[in-house]
Amino acid sequence: MTDISRIDVADSHGEKVVAQPTVYVYEAPVRLWHWVNALAILVLIITGYLIGSPLPTVAGEASQHFVMGYIRFAHFAAGQIMAVGFLLRGYWAFMGNEHSRQIYYVPVWRASFWKELAHEIRWYAFLEKAPMKYVGHNPLAQTAMFVMYTLMSAFMIITGFALYSEGEGADSWEAKLFGWVFYIWPNSQEVHTWHHLGMYVIVTFILIHIYAAVREDIMSRQSIISSMISGERHFKDGA
Amino acid sequence: MAAIETFYDVIRRQGVTRRSFTKFCSLTAASLGMGPIGAAKIANALETKERTPVIWMHGLECTCCSESFIRSAHPLVKDVVLSMISLDYDDTIMAAAGHQAEAILQETKEKYKGKYILAVEGNPPLNEGGMFCIDGGKPFVEKLKWMADDAMAIIAWGACASWGCVQAAKPNPTQATPIDKVIHDKPIIKVPGCPPIAEVMTGVVTYITTFGRLPELDRQGRPNMFYSQRIHDKCYRRPHFDAGQFVEQWDDESARKGHCLYKMGCKGPTTYNACSTVRWNGGVSFPIQSGHGCIGCSEEGFWDKGPFYERLTNIHQFGVEKNADEIGLAAAGVVGAAVATHAAATAVKRIVSKNNDHSA
Ligand code: HEM
Ligand code: HEM
Ligand code: SF4
Ligand code: SF4
Repeated sequence: MTDISRIDVADSHGEKVVAQPTVYVYEAPVRLWHWVNALAILVLIITGYLIGSPLPTVAGEASQHFVMGYIRFAHFAAGQIMAVGFLLRGYWAFMGNEHSRQIYYVPVWRASFWKELAHEIRWYAFLEKAPMKYVGHNPLAQTAMFVMYTLMSAFMIITGFALYSEGEGADSWEAKLFGWVFYIWPNSQEVHTWHHLGMYVIVTFILIHIYAAVREDIMSRQSIISSMISGERHFKDGA
Repeated sequence: MAAIETFYDVIRRQGVTRRSFTKFCSLTAASLGMGPIGAAKIANALETKERTPVIWMHGLECTCCSESFIRSAHPLVKDVVLSMISLDYDDTIMAAAGHQAEAILQETKEKYKGKYILAVEGNPPLNEGGMFCIDGGKPFVEKLKWMADDAMAIIAWGACASWGCVQAAKPNPTQATPIDKVIHDKPIIKVPGCPPIAEVMTGVVTYITTFGRLPELDRQGRPNMFYSQRIHDKCYRRPHFDAGQFVEQWDDESARKGHCLYKMGCKGPTTYNACSTVRWNGGVSFPIQSGHGCIGCSEEGFWDKGPFYERLTNIHQFGVEKNADEIGLAAAGVVGAAVATHAAATAVKRIVSKNNDHSA
């Protein structure tokens, strides 16, 4: 969450760029991960909902159909992709640039964080004329990302694999790694319910996330959506 | 020194023949999944090891566990196991009564210190000093702790002893409490179910008394041999689940065709028990085979988990009873409306400030 005024924006010759500065924010692995993850989560939400409330009965012999089977397979496959993505993204937090670490913490110990967070909230409440400019995420976005994405994804992966281990059996690696969830909720019915509620936290996050991305793209005079495609942040009104 | 008394001695004295005894050993070995040499192992143990007394106590309960137990499918199993355990103490089915019966407890504690099995059906209520269940003039919880002190291990029969069951349903006025929350210093094996299946009960008793140790337990303290899989994993209606063929109404075409009961609230996918393999009443049937979903009777808290006939569990934490979809969609709806309003406000503001820019 570096304030744009605090960094030197330079081109490859080390010269200061005067107008329309561009910064490389999201490295390729982050962008690739973002869209793979978004797709996986979309599949997880649709199939997850259908696991909880299945489609109407299909006619004919059971041997002719595998509707629920395919839905569950898609869910588990997307779940594994999401989990691997989560791990790789975590690894990239150590290897990547400063911005790659943003979604893993909230700098509550920094006074400037609270000040800027308040500014961002006022901007969304129409009380500020202009938002501050950030190379990475703004403080509000960072907080939302951390709580509603990073923590919730971990929660969904843990409860998801715990549920998955029930089908794989007590001696599976899933049960060994995630079986402890059943110490917290001895009845897996409860795990189903929490996993299900977790989906709605993520649905809510996505609603806000996409709205904020589109809105900021239009309103804040810095590129947002194209940043997640090209990786570059353009500031439309100069530094 | 007098020769030690073995189970074999006792069984023979009760009139069971050698032939019946070996049959019993084979049957038990098979039901425990012990492989070809299992029968010989059991026979040998019963013939040579000192018999393990079983004390069977009753707290807050409905006696469905005892009822199930005495209906064990194979008459042989019932005869042998009953004669094995009725020797000592079970206030519901024993001949002795009153002071004579209570004296047996004292005697067992002294004579078999650290060697007897304490089987508990039901649980102790802890509220008001335990006075909601008085047994032999004392609160049951005291009697339970007293007998547990010198026991080798404890069997927690059924949902009551394992999880609390309906007498522990919210708000649990008597504070009925499962055994493992009261006794902490003894090995406890949970055999949940309401009631547990007869063959599961006799299997567990036979294993422990024969080998003098608990079978392998899972994370929740249940014997792996009977509770390692869900009803859903071995349900004969599972092909209909995978195909996506569900009963949607009790009297629809799917119900007649025997489709999966998932949408009717079947708790098979979250219930660990042996019903779909061992079945009930001598393997005749089990609830799902009779057209009714599993209610999850062997699971923790099954009595407080909302309707038996709905797929999604009701959630009480939010004041009103709603399921995850209702709560989630409401929350997403509120946020969606907020987003829409915010977007509209943003558009208005943009137009207004543009106009201001022009006029400035
Ligand atoms: C954002 C991520 C996810 C969402 C939104 C999601 C959503 C859902 C929903 C709504 C259900 C139905 C719950 C119910 O029974 O009412 C479900 C079930 C399940 N999910 Fe997920 N899930 C996610 C991630 C995962 C992951 C990472 C795994 C791990 C492989 C996983 C494995 C499962 C399993 C095993 C079930 C139970 C399936 C069954 O009972 O047939 N989920 N999920
Ligand atoms: C079509 C839908 C989506 C669009 C248009 C979109 C767009 C964006 C954009 C523009 C950014 C960069 C924000 C910034 O520069 O401040 C971003 C970041 C992010 N998005 Fe999305 N997104 C979408 C779906 C999702 C979904 C489904 C998820 C997961 C639930 C998600 C999770 C994230 C996360 C965690 C980041 C932060 C990435 C990082 O800093 O490493 N997005 N998204
Ligand atoms: S009837 Fe119940 S246990 Fe059987 S397949 Fe359907 S949901 Fe699973
Ligand atoms: S099918 Fe389910 S509810 Fe019925 S006895 Fe078995 S575990 Fe209990």
